[in-house]
Amino acid sequence: MKYLMLINASLDADGEPTGCSTPDDWMLFDKALKEAGVYVGGNSLADFTTAAAVRVDEQGERIVTDGPFAESREVLGGYFVVDVPDFDVALEWAARCPGARDGGHIVVRPLASYGD
Amino acid sequence: MKGWASVEAVFREERGLLLAALVRRFGDLDLAEEVTSEAIEAALVRWPAEGVPPKPGAWLMTTARRKAVDRLRRDQAYAARLAVLQVEADRAAPAPASDGGLPDERLQLFFTCAHPALPAEDRTALTLRCLAGLTTSEVARAFLVPSATMGKRIVRAKNRIRAARIPFRVPSAEELPGRLPGVLQVVYSIFTEGYAASSGPDLQRLDLAEEAIRLARILRRLLPDEREVAGLLALMLLIHARRDARTDPQGGLVLLDDQDRTRWDRAMIAEGTALVEIALTGGPPGLYGVQAAIAALHDEAADVVGTDWPQIVALYDVLRGLAPSPVVELNRAVAVAMRDGPAAGLSLLDALAEEPRLRGYSPFPAARADLLVRLGRHTEAAAAYEEALALAGTEPERAHLRRRLTEIAKPGAR
Repeated sequence: MKYLMLINASLDADGEPTGCSTPDDWMLFDKALKEAGVYVGGNSLADFTTAAAVRVDEQGERIVTDGPFAESREVLGGYFVVDVPDFDVALEWAARCPGARDGGHIVVRPLASYGD
Repeated sequence: MKGWASVEAVFREERGLLLAALVRRFGDLDLAEEVTSEAIEAALVRWPAEGVPPKPGAWLMTTARRKAVDRLRRDQAYAARLAVLQVEADRAAPAPASDGGLPDERLQLFFTCAHPALPAEDRTALTLRCLAGLTTSEVARAFLVPSATMGKRIVRAKNRIRAARIPFRVPSAEELPGRLPGVLQVVYSIFTEGYAASSGPDLQRLDLAEEAIRLARILRRLLPDEREVAGLLALMLLIHARRDARTDPQGGLVLLDDQDRTRWDRAMIAEGTALVEIALTGGPPGLYGVQAAIAALHDEAADVVGTDWPQIVALYDVLRGLAPSPVVELNRAVAVAMRDGPAAGLSLLDALAEEPRLRGYSPFPAARADLLVRLGRHTEAAAAYEEALALAGTEPERAHLRRRLTEIAKPGAR
């Protein structure tokens, strides 16, 4: 069963992610996922100030707005998709993710499966 | 259908065992529930006519499994989905069989029902339904909600378990310390709901308290080495032992101070006290063990004055170290008032006045009022009782507070 892990970082007053995880921590985590054979995919997201939102209104007009910019103190910083036997195993991987520390958290969501 | 609930109650113990074994076999709570009910129904029809089979548990299991296989034959899509689950379930270690009857697989079901990914109210409802063996309408009555509402809640919770694939598995030794408190919390919340119904006309709903004790006894059998399980069972027994003295014949609330202690259940106190010793031996004390020790000191005392207040204050000191909370501070302040006098207790309470978690909590102004009465400050006491009265959730609590208000209004009141 596949699960999406959404990595939410908490931001300090200057809008910088809090915490002290290093690139090495992330590489080790990535490596552990791959070695365990549970890695399906994953990416880290670029600076959220580069975001834009697209909507199409009732007239078929495309509306692009910048943002959304985080008013809140946390921001989605990346994601992984893992394939594991059950929810508890997914939660265990989430707990090992560097993003779960230092005020951040991981949201774990099962991917919908249709008839497989 | 009238007699069905009471007849099903006869099978309550078997129901939980059977359900857990079938969940283990088929990996699906819905199917397991359906065929458990069908097997019990079949037993009710056949046993009176044919006699009870030599191994009732095995008979029920065979019947339920046959019905499950029938159901899966009729519904191929369902069967295909379960087959996937089954492969995963078989990866888990097989459980040891017990004394020729059903293997006891209930522990894994406890952990599934109390899974932290489920909302707290769903955990309680599922535990009562699947492990206590209550019918959906009984669970609904316990929580004072319509049967249909509870039915929907249970279906939603089961769907959530299936969709997220929350496993039916006992956590590993490393995970257990993180997960066991959640299971104990569910059982204790059933008890407290039964003991001091948070709303409604009745102060106590004893049947719920007794269900919680029954569940804790099952957990104690399944996890004999977990001291907090012993502590939780002890705590509930030591509180429940006072049930008869806690209300007067009119259903009014009688506080610990005024209870007729000859009406306390001595056998239950003895059982609870023995469990406290187990809970507090062989390692650092746990939350439930310490609270049970406090309850034991109350239960062992001949009266309020003869209670070992210094020891109770010391236990609250341990408790605030384990789990600091304003409610623990409140109870500690009351114990200090008994040890050192009302003025000492009142100054501790007044230091908690700004605590947001005590705002709206009726025992806080009620405790202040009691101490103000003992200090002879009746005007302030009356105001504090009025404050508590506005916050109290149950009618017996309100009646008690109104009585106290009348008492201090009398000329020459103590």
